[in-house]
Amino acid sequence: MSAAAPAPTTASPPAPGGEAGRSRPRKVSDLSKLKARDKIVVGLFLGVPLLFVLALVVFPAIASVILSFTSWNGIGGLSTIEWIGTKNYSDIFTIYPPFWPAVQNNLLMLVFLFTIPTVLGVYLAVLLDKELRFTWFYQTAFFMPVVLSLALVGFIWQLIYSRDQGLINGLLGTTIDWYGDPNVNFWAVLVATGWRHTGYIMLIYLAGLKGVDPALREAALVDGCTERQTFFRVVLPVMRPINIIVLVITVIESLRAFDIVWVINKGRNGLELIAALVTQNVVGEASRIGFGSALATIMLLISTVFVIIYLRAVMRDEPGGTA
Amino acid sequence: MSKPRTEAEYLARMIPPSVLGTRGVSRRSFLRGVGVAGAGLAAPTLLAACGGGDDGDAAATGGGGGGEVTFGLNEASGSGLQYDRRVASVDAFQAQGGPTVKINAVDHNTFQEQINNYLQGNPDDVFTWFAGYRMRFFAAQGLIGDVSDLYPITGVGDAMVKASTGDDGKQYFVPEQNYPWAVFYRKSLWEENGWTPPTTLDEMKALCTTIQGAGLVPIAFADKDGWPAMGTFDIINMRTNGYDFHIALMAGEESWESEEVKQVFRTWAELIPFQQPDPLGRTWQEAATSLQNNESAMYLLGLFVTDQFPDEVDDFDFFTFPEIDSAIGASAIDAPIDGYCLAASPKNEEGAKEFMAWLASAPNADAQNEAGYPQIWTNTDADQAALSELQQKAAAFIAEQDSIAQFLDRDTRPDFASTVMIPALQQFLTNPADVDGLTASIQAQAEAIFATEAE
Repeated sequence: MSAAAPAPTTASPPAPGGEAGRSRPRKVSDLSKLKARDKIVVGLFLGVPLLFVLALVVFPAIASVILSFTSWNGIGGLSTIEWIGTKNYSDIFTIYPPFWPAVQNNLLMLVFLFTIPTVLGVYLAVLLDKELRFTWFYQTAFFMPVVLSLALVGFIWQLIYSRDQGLINGLLGTTIDWYGDPNVNFWAVLVATGWRHTGYIMLIYLAGLKGVDPALREAALVDGCTERQTFFRVVLPVMRPINIIVLVITVIESLRAFDIVWVINKGRNGLELIAALVTQNVVGEASRIGFGSALATIMLLISTVFVIIYLRAVMRDEPGGTA
Repeated sequence: MSKPRTEAEYLARMIPPSVLGTRGVSRRSFLRGVGVAGAGLAAPTLLAACGGGDDGDAAATGGGGGGEVTFGLNEASGSGLQYDRRVASVDAFQAQGGPTVKINAVDHNTFQEQINNYLQGNPDDVFTWFAGYRMRFFAAQGLIGDVSDLYPITGVGDAMVKASTGDDGKQYFVPEQNYPWAVFYRKSLWEENGWTPPTTLDEMKALCTTIQGAGLVPIAFADKDGWPAMGTFDIINMRTNGYDFHIALMAGEESWESEEVKQVFRTWAELIPFQQPDPLGRTWQEAATSLQNNESAMYLLGLFVTDQFPDEVDDFDFFTFPEIDSAIGASAIDAPIDGYCLAASPKNEEGAKEFMAWLASAPNADAQNEAGYPQIWTNTDADQAALSELQQKAAAFIAEQDSIAQFLDRDTRPDFASTVMIPALQQFLTNPADVDGLTASIQAQAEAIFATEAE
């Protein structure tokens, strides 16, 4: 992402007939200048990762899409796969009760992570960047949840949320069923997830803030900017690459959220998430490979929407745009 | 859908392998691997590649040799009593001169969840499994080996032979232990209050009202993990509609929208006010603790409930779930059987069968008794005197039943049990009023699942 440095467009001769293409023809001409050995090296550097991407990402993705039109229990050879058209999809949309709650929960998590933990994480990072006393202590405290695996986070919160033996009900004298009541349990999960996400965003943002040239702030100060203006008008724009990383991480985290609900109750009863439904159906004894693949395909489509939005946002103003 | 046997095991399941120190391929690391590789997309090739759980931590017992028998064990090394007992069994088998047995110990859940890949890959010669629908399905698919030449086995009764038989009439399983589902209660508490075990549903409701009056929760209840509520469904269905209907329903031959099934849910709905509220956030261990602490008066669960209070087990007793329809009676229970299967093409068939014959025998049970045990031996020749009073009673209790079911998730297709019935029962517990909507939804999903080739 940080490779978004604008290309010095004047260095390359204007492409003949190129409409708005400024950087592209230049790359081509660079490549043609390479020696044969360099080409092999470049080929290897590109080819080997490409093979991994094909084998580990593209092929499974295509296989999932294909399997989503079948019924297969994973037993016996590929010949036992039965083609059933779009039945898996129609079943998911019509008679599979957990599906719509799962979509809703995934979107809710996305909105929640964006609005509260991400903003809070950025805010904490800005505060910690002030060289407070004991800043190392605060950093450690806020970052600790990130180091713990989500499964362990789920366990810690279980101790807090348990209806009969939990900390919250023990302190308040209430009997709220934090994990069992489908009306409240997803919010309990959001809090637990947000607790962890905040620290993650804080650390990334803090690292970014440390990299901002202090001269910029001094200049802003000399120009009479307030603290608030300095941040929003100077620091935030300079941090653009980090901002994009934070946005992307938040989207990814909310789409792949899985561990914590799986630890709590395997993604049932109010805690449905698409990733958990995929796992319920595919992994384990159930082995509804076709049905689970259809769910995975739906998840892929939803992810694709965000990927497209992201790519458009990045590409629109990459070369030339900010230069 | 496995049941953690001890609290330690239950807790251990929640801790990721990075914390525990690696113990073979754990479910979580396996899932994470899939998630990273395919962004959560499921590719069977990947699953197959990761499915080799059989190279977990291998604890070689005895000397090596060409004639060794490999033994797939669904308990992780050092995971508790059940593992220790099985090692004791293997040691005793070696001591009497049997072929070398090499144990491949895999975490309980991992073993169960990877069973499809395990059986299609390179399974151990002999491995732990359960009686029921799943065993018969594997037999029909040719994934496990015929062991009918081991039968008859001394001390293994007709009911056990029946439970070990596949659809083709041959035996594919040797039973070792089982345990009953019943209503457990604390004797001293009930004597103090003058409560006596009810024999009909009306008596049970009346008793529950009395218990509520005394300020206790009548029936402890928990369903956070999804499977415990199945026991309640099973028993009310068997009491209301009989064992044959229950088994036919499990096999997809009866409709979930039928009046019979609706009646089961209506009867259950009448009991919900007596059950511990908010069951979906509670584990069975927590419910068992409430029974131990005299906060609740009874608990319908398997015999493993006593694992929660091993020191006080002498003060506990049980009764069978009361009769609902006098024409049906109360002579059917859930009593899941654990035992062993043979690989479809074992590397050492002769040695494997010799080992399985040992596992089904009474001396095997006696060898394991010394390691301590919470369940009941299915071999009636095993030394009963070594058992606790409650265990002896449980053994006699199973023996006197007319029919024995294996538990919902062992009597029906696993895909139906886990992806339909668990959410459906939890839905019912959240909203017991909408029986028609619930049963319609179950039936629609059951039709979609059972329409696909038998799984």
